[in-house]
Amino acid sequence: MSEPVLEIRDLRKSFGALKATDGVSLDLRPGQIHALIGPNGAGKSTLIHQIAGSLKADSGTIRFLGQDIGGLDMAARARLGLARSFQISSLAQEFSALRNVMLAVQARQGNSFRFFRQVTSDNELTEPAMAMLERVDLAARAHVPAAELSHGERRQLEIAIALALSPKAFLFDEPMAGMGPEGSKRLTSFLDGLRHEAPMLLVEHDMDAVFALADRISVLVYGRIIASGTVDEIRSDPDVRRAYLGEAA
Amino acid sequence: MTRETTINLLLALLLLGAPILAASLGEPFYVTLATRIAVLALAAVGLNLALGLGGLLSFGHAAFFGLGGYVAGIMATHAFNAEPLFANIEATTSMPLIWITAIAVAGLVAMPIGAISLRTSGVYFIMITLAFAQMIYYFAISWPAYGGEDGLSMSMRNAFPGVNTAKPLPYFLICYAALMAALLLFRVVEGSRFGSALQAARQNGTRVAAVGIAPFNIRLVAFALSAMITGFAGALYADLNRFVGPSMLSWHMSGELIVLIILGGKGRLFGPVAGAMIFVFFEYVLGGITERWQFLLGLILLGIVLFARGGLLGLLSGKPRHV
Repeated sequence: MSEPVLEIRDLRKSFGALKATDGVSLDLRPGQIHALIGPNGAGKSTLIHQIAGSLKADSGTIRFLGQDIGGLDMAARARLGLARSFQISSLAQEFSALRNVMLAVQARQGNSFRFFRQVTSDNELTEPAMAMLERVDLAARAHVPAAELSHGERRQLEIAIALALSPKAFLFDEPMAGMGPEGSKRLTSFLDGLRHEAPMLLVEHDMDAVFALADRISVLVYGRIIASGTVDEIRSDPDVRRAYLGEAA
Repeated sequence: MTRETTINLLLALLLLGAPILAASLGEPFYVTLATRIAVLALAAVGLNLALGLGGLLSFGHAAFFGLGGYVAGIMATHAFNAEPLFANIEATTSMPLIWITAIAVAGLVAMPIGAISLRTSGVYFIMITLAFAQMIYYFAISWPAYGGEDGLSMSMRNAFPGVNTAKPLPYFLICYAALMAALLLFRVVEGSRFGSALQAARQNGTRVAAVGIAPFNIRLVAFALSAMITGFAGALYADLNRFVGPSMLSWHMSGELIVLIILGGKGRLFGPVAGAMIFVFFEYVLGGITERWQFLLGLILLGIVLFARGGLLGLLSGKPRHV
């Protein structure tokens, strides 16, 4: 089997007495969508935060493309190719959708210490950014400030920003949250196509989407992975049914 | 042309036309008043880069304003007494050289101050920048070589090649040109990649970090750039008054610069210009009527903060849009 892109070993994080991440190990391999499911409060977002670098783990290792990234900050991890979306949309609210994506394009091109050339007339920024907006069907709303976009449009914009980074791995934290059934369906088929660009660690509550997309599923309960396997293995696992699916299905 | 551009143009013409008219009517006092507006506006353009674009509420920009002033004052004093600055470095009365020195000193001092202050945010950032400025203020007070508490009087203005700087109007034109150059720089930086990252970091630092740009580095450079412009203004201010004293370094000065920006419109190109006009106008007109003019200014500030967050320019020209 090919080397994992992202390799997490025995990761631990406590908030006081609460063990939010309790010895988590998981691998994300090339071409894979690895879904992370679990009930509310299981520590899914906490785990994503530690991988992305917005929270520091107490112990354990996170290796990305063979490199230990535990000591790097969020920006450095993003530069290595980890693109994340946020559970609650996190955008530059005053900027238009286009300028939000342009910022990502500029970051990917690697030099933000340019003081003269105007970004709005810089084709090296506007064209790739527009192309990303077209991919997520948001081109018509390119010049609308992020604050005025609908909830669903903001989710699309988050994905366009992640795409613009040409990442080596995606970390998506509930990209479907708050989207209608129609929007979820479209996004599901869109994410399905993304696995060929970069593997994806996907936190998602929408079970239809997870079962349709995931190559591998890990179930997180109280900070521990209680089961990990293919869709069929997880569906038939009695512990999982008891801990999680039983309530949902 | 947007409405804001029209207003900006009118303000620029007003600030240029009024002193020219006053000079032709033989009223040099009003030329000096206009020069004061131009220099305070310039100092506030510097702060506006950090505060308006970057959201960095520095309560210590008087440090850079005063440092620029002391560079001009110390140079002039040494040159007047024909004493070298250090071992064998001669002092100069050439304004361009003094400006470059003032800008460099402000930038060099801003780097460590920024590097430490920017590790904090919110109230702590305000307090740390204030603390650094107060350290420099007390240092100036306790340094008798350059006047200590009494400050430093300059027997004459420094020189600019081909211009009689002792006359009010030529000196105004120098300050006005400096202000326009700084405004142009502000506009260019605002629209650049750096400016995009800086404004995005103000709106959402996490978002900027998540695409791989470290907000700290962007903010530090903005803080230094901001300090350099304010330092430049300080050098002009010292030459305007032919005096530099610790009051230029005091926290009142830092507060005044913030007030100017809030009055005019935070983050707007001509916000500092509009703010400085209102401020100096009040200081002069109301100051002539009552010593308590700052009470009235306070009322206006209160009104703006409560009802017109965009300041005077926001009130006149509506919301800015980033397309």
